Amino acid sequence: MAPLPPSTAPRPAPGPARRSWWGRNQIAITPWLFLAPGILFFAVYVLIPVFQSFNVSLYDWDGLGAAEYVGLRNYEEMYYDDAFYTSLRNNLIWLVLYLLAIPMGLAIALFLNQTVTGIRIYKSLFFFPFVISQVVVGLVFSWFYDPSFGLLNVMLGWFGAGPINVLGDERWVTYGIIAAGLWPQTAYCMILYLTGLNAVDPEQIEAGRLDNAKGFRMLWHIILPQLRPATFIAFVVTIIGALRSFDLISIMTAGGPFGESRVLSFYMFEVALSEYGFRMGYGAAIAVVLFLIMLCFITYFLWSMYREERGR
Amino acid sequence: MFPTPIEKQPRGAQIAYQSLIPVALILWLLPLIAVAIFSIRPDADFANANYWGWPSSFEGVANYSKVFFESDMPRYLLNSVFITVPTVIGAVALSCMTGFALGVYKFRANLWIFFLFVAGNFVPFQILMVPVRDLTLDLGLYNTKTGLVLFHVAFQTGFCTLFMRNFIRALPFELIEAARVEGVAEWRIFWFVVLPLMKPAIAALAVLIFTFIWNDYFWAVVLTQGAESQPVTAGITSFNAQYRAAYHLMSAGSIVAALPPVAMFFLMQRHFIAGLTLGAVK
Repeated sequence: MAPLPPSTAPRPAPGPARRSWWGRNQIAITPWLFLAPGILFFAVYVLIPVFQSFNVSLYDWDGLGAAEYVGLRNYEEMYYDDAFYTSLRNNLIWLVLYLLAIPMGLAIALFLNQTVTGIRIYKSLFFFPFVISQVVVGLVFSWFYDPSFGLLNVMLGWFGAGPINVLGDERWVTYGIIAAGLWPQTAYCMILYLTGLNAVDPEQIEAGRLDNAKGFRMLWHIILPQLRPATFIAFVVTIIGALRSFDLISIMTAGGPFGESRVLSFYMFEVALSEYGFRMGYGAAIAVVLFLIMLCFITYFLWSMYREERGR
Repeated sequence: MFPTPIEKQPRGAQIAYQSLIPVALILWLLPLIAVAIFSIRPDADFANANYWGWPSSFEGVANYSKVFFESDMPRYLLNSVFITVPTVIGAVALSCMTGFALGVYKFRANLWIFFLFVAGNFVPFQILMVPVRDLTLDLGLYNTKTGLVLFHVAFQTGFCTLFMRNFIRALPFELIEAARVEGVAEWRIFWFVVLPLMKPAIAALAVLIFTFIWNDYFWAVVLTQGAESQPVTAGITSFNAQYRAAYHLMSAGSIVAALPPVAMFFLMQRHFIAGLTLGAVK
């Protein structure tokens, strides 16, 4: 069902009035008229700023006064900056652990994929954390972790453990924040898989049952291959989510203690816009590194989409 | 259906399952339930360290009215509405047009432009932060709702275009062909043929964008400052600074801030999930 190429598109009978310039070129020009406002906005606020950031990263600039060209000096400083490596390490931890949202979401989806009474309400309530803003998720979890009254320590107390101050301990802080982030992200993956499971071909399941496949083998060999589109989207949104982590860190710890929970997105913001110095150039350089990491994934996503488009 | 429907299992398994679900749900929502309970406790409970015992009295009404009548919260909520609603309208309008152009017409740059929108939608916010803040300052729109709306419209156009284009691709192309044979002008095809068919997509996108923008925090912090323009996600931090250690009020404030998207979700659930899971099924 590919759209027809403009040259062979069926045209009305070529009467003299119809053969105006506009009549002949309408199909070639219309898409550009429709695209113009969208492209304009997107270029001004998204595409061009990406290149401007590359440029700013070569300057020493406080955002107000004159910018001084310093070449690659910002990148050189980054090379010797311990805080940068801490952030980078945390970004990697985020990327790896955030992916747990995918199997966890699948597990909950399998658990809820039944037709008992009231299951629809259960599904919505399980999904519900995703709808709440990350700011509120951050607040909710920082109270949950609170060493004096948090529910976590109350529960640890039942087992004779704790109390631990998750957000005040540099060994635990990043994991604590990731756990908070996994909560909504798992809900998202769950809803993707629930939709996917809905569309699984029942005949293949029956065929599998006849072949004596059940439980995990059924899941692995028959169900998961059919869930591939859902898995792909879950992967995309989870990777993006992991690299975008900012709200939770800003709300729960503001990068602390001792900057141990920083990630690149937060460190960049700190350098460029917080109290100690408006260092736009250095901030932009950090953003460029983050962008390049993201670019690897974006290229992979687009490549997958391109193959898909080709396959149609 | 996978896993095996529970009705086909022995009676014992059914009962076990039925009783396991509520337990699992309570565990899953535990942090949230804790906050909900905090929000109806009186001040005295926190002073007496009665965090998890039975509340000494129920002060839900008092706490929530304090949030609504004695703080800047209504102001922030209103700001959020004035930021979110225009963004939804703008982004949906722009992407109906871009989606139509990319979904219906075949021209050489089509796929490239489409991929540009998709790629732009994935970039980290930080790479845009310095130039966008600078641009907003230059336009005199720093610390205004308009400045925030303009950026949100532009950025969301990326995701919306992806969504709309794929939706339009799935429409029956014969309808458009038939209209062309009739000699209908292209813009009339958009308005009278395609747009009416896009209603479900528009509804789904509207609720999704509403939620995304309402919950945005990063750009609110970067582009606005004071109570006159900050949305509720940024406002809640000033609210919490004002009521430091008053956990009953901070809890009530958080719940109020989180509520509009939640209400939107429960009211428009079908559209919301349809939008979120587009592409999850072949």
